[in-house]
Amino acid sequence: MDLSAINPILFVAGFLVAATPLIFAALGELVVEKSGVLNLGVEGMMIIGAICGFATAVETGSPLLGFAAAAVGGALLSLLFAFLTQITLANQVASGLALTLFGLGFSALLGQSYVGVKPPRLPDVNFGPLHDIPVIGPIFFSHDIILYLGFALVVAVWAVLKFTRMGLILRAVGESHEAAHALGYKVVRIRTLAIMFGGACAGLGGAYISLIRVPQWTEGMTAGVGWIALALVVFASWKPWRLLLGAYLFGGITQLQLNLQGAGVAIPVEYLAMSPYIITILVLVILSADKSAAPASLGRIFHASN
Amino acid sequence: MTDTPLLALSGLTKAYPGVVANDDVSLRIAPGEVHALLGENGAGKSTLVKMIYGLVKPDSGTMQMHGTSFAPQEPRAARAAGVGMVFQHFSLFDALSVAENIALGMENAPRLRALSKQIRDVSEAYGLPLAPDRIVGDLSAGERQRVEIIRCLLQDPKLLIMDEPTSVLTPQEVEILFKTLRKLSAEGTAILYISHKLEEIRSLCDSATILRLGKVVGHCTPSETTARDMAEMMVGSTLKTPTRAGKTPGAVKLDLRGLSAASPSSFGMPLRDITVQVRAGEILGIGGVAGNGQDELLSALSGELLTAAGMVGFEGQDVGQLGPTARRHLGILTAPEERLGHAAAPDMSLTENAMLTGAVREKLERRGMLNWPAAKRFAERIIADFDVRTPGPGNAARSLSGGNLQKFVIGREVLQRPQVLVVNQPTWGVDASAAASIRQALLDLAENGTAMIVISQDLDELMEISDRFAALNEGRLSEPRPVQGLTVDEIGLMMGGANGMEVAHV
Repeated sequence: MDLSAINPILFVAGFLVAATPLIFAALGELVVEKSGVLNLGVEGMMIIGAICGFATAVETGSPLLGFAAAAVGGALLSLLFAFLTQITLANQVASGLALTLFGLGFSALLGQSYVGVKPPRLPDVNFGPLHDIPVIGPIFFSHDIILYLGFALVVAVWAVLKFTRMGLILRAVGESHEAAHALGYKVVRIRTLAIMFGGACAGLGGAYISLIRVPQWTEGMTAGVGWIALALVVFASWKPWRLLLGAYLFGGITQLQLNLQGAGVAIPVEYLAMSPYIITILVLVILSADKSAAPASLGRIFHASN
Repeated sequence: MTDTPLLALSGLTKAYPGVVANDDVSLRIAPGEVHALLGENGAGKSTLVKMIYGLVKPDSGTMQMHGTSFAPQEPRAARAAGVGMVFQHFSLFDALSVAENIALGMENAPRLRALSKQIRDVSEAYGLPLAPDRIVGDLSAGERQRVEIIRCLLQDPKLLIMDEPTSVLTPQEVEILFKTLRKLSAEGTAILYISHKLEEIRSLCDSATILRLGKVVGHCTPSETTARDMAEMMVGSTLKTPTRAGKTPGAVKLDLRGLSAASPSSFGMPLRDITVQVRAGEILGIGGVAGNGQDELLSALSGELLTAAGMVGFEGQDVGQLGPTARRHLGILTAPEERLGHAAAPDMSLTENAMLTGAVREKLERRGMLNWPAAKRFAERIIADFDVRTPGPGNAARSLSGGNLQKFVIGREVLQRPQVLVVNQPTWGVDASAAASIRQALLDLAENGTAMIVISQDLDELMEISDRFAALNEGRLSEPRPVQGLTVDEIGLMMGGANGMEVAHV
């Protein structure tokens, strides 16, 4: 075993990349849950985003168009969920599970002719001289634009939820839909928009896996990141900063265990492979011991009947 | 008062499938007038105010404000036109702060800091102290109501609609609320006031409109009409006052000794050292502002909340460690406050709901097999004996109006011949005639030797039916006192006074 084979700079840069899909997916779900809706279809929306983004990038040659298509694809699929749960008042848990199964199957169908194709690469943002700073440069200033977008989105969601009227209304709808309705807020419309935002974010996260992290298309390639995102939202107590921390932790340990495998550590590969899941959940469980409550209307069906 | 009314409704009609909620309702309110809207449950009061507030659109008829047409499409439009509404429930967000809650009800909310200052100014001017940064979930019922009132006042309303505002307040708090309302009225704000409490209406309101089955059946000047006459106009028939024969209490049935327990909910109130005895044939009335341990006391008695040994005794036996089914078997029955979800399962039929609590004592279950025909007969007996208005026992609990479901859940326990019966808010949201029949049933039950605890927010009710009165305050029970000779001021003090409220600086 040779730990010196692990390059700390590449390691940190790598875990920022590994965390990004999770940041997008979990952040989208956080907004959805803040509005009082539990969408378990994150995995399905991610994989649809992954194939939509991949196919569009390959056909048009533009990775950015691919990401746009991924967001649209994820949002469209989430619209199906919104229709089921907000209009026909179907059960949210069942609808979300169905969405995941449907997304996995449908993406496999769409992706049949893309197996083994190499997508166009999204160039890194040119920071000029900043890139040449030792250590800092390669870690923080050598990534693609989508990674920075993910970080900016965390800041934006935090600020919107905390400081704006829009965020206040969103939280209010998630807290008590009856009260929000009585004050004249359009509960169904607000929730539908939140669900679509969540879908678009999940789509972006999926495309980040298929276009940048891996980059290729295989069936089921999101490999449970959507489920981790769901758990992350809960253990992050619905707080964007804590969510970012959890995502980096997860990304970091994923990257570390890959490096350790590469370095030939004498721990069975299976234990290393499960370590990111276990450690992330453990840390977040401890962090969430302050009992920050879930949005009070989470998962409850709203009907303006009285 | 001027000749052009502030608000004039003419011929408003609104029908829902199967029921006409409002039928050709007309009404005029002058600026500064305090106008009462009276009627039984289901008379159409809520539908009418929802139309004025833009939550419901009328099928036909017109509304005019200051002589010009007024047809709010949504509450936002109604608020812009100067209509404010204080809801009975469902309009505050527990996890948000006072200032955030108020901002949500405003059209152009200023930044939170500026808003907090406005809240302090208004609350001071009207004698309703309130800290803007507190979380609403931690507030008492009276304080929550202040949040709603201040939310309306900040928008400088021309018309303030209040739906049952006093049901959760102590007498002192009611007095202060009335001072605030009178001050508003003197400043030219009209108030549309809905309440079941006729004495309050007599002391506060200038005029009253009475609704029955969606139609206007009369107008009156409350200060010149007796409460009984108003009640009879609402009901459309003469009202029976509950009666009881004199009786002497029997042996001690329920014996609480130093009952203390932590609350199961995070916003709840722990019970602290409650010691009281209830004898056969006696009704102990327990008053107090909501949230002072009422729900916890009921759970501790029903067996939902288990307590340490020796705290709850029944006929000399320690039952503190027994669960609800075992206690039902002994004859300790309870009817909790929350009808939908606690007392009754909303989506289950009345037969199924009758089975749920009646299985043990009515022998509806044998070796794990359920006897549905017997449960149906039991449900039908409840429906017949308590005049529950429903097409049949197969209907879901949710489909019944609040008052009818209340009659069902109380009737279900009363008919099981309890040894001890504990009820919380037995007539909450129930109209005058149904309330009278529920109270009569409770009195009759006591007559037959049941020991009873009635927890209620309605002091008039407690005075009417209880033998002794005690108040819950911060989870502690005051020393029970005989009801005869007890004055409203003494009760107010037992309930913990006005909770730091001060009189409005008029």
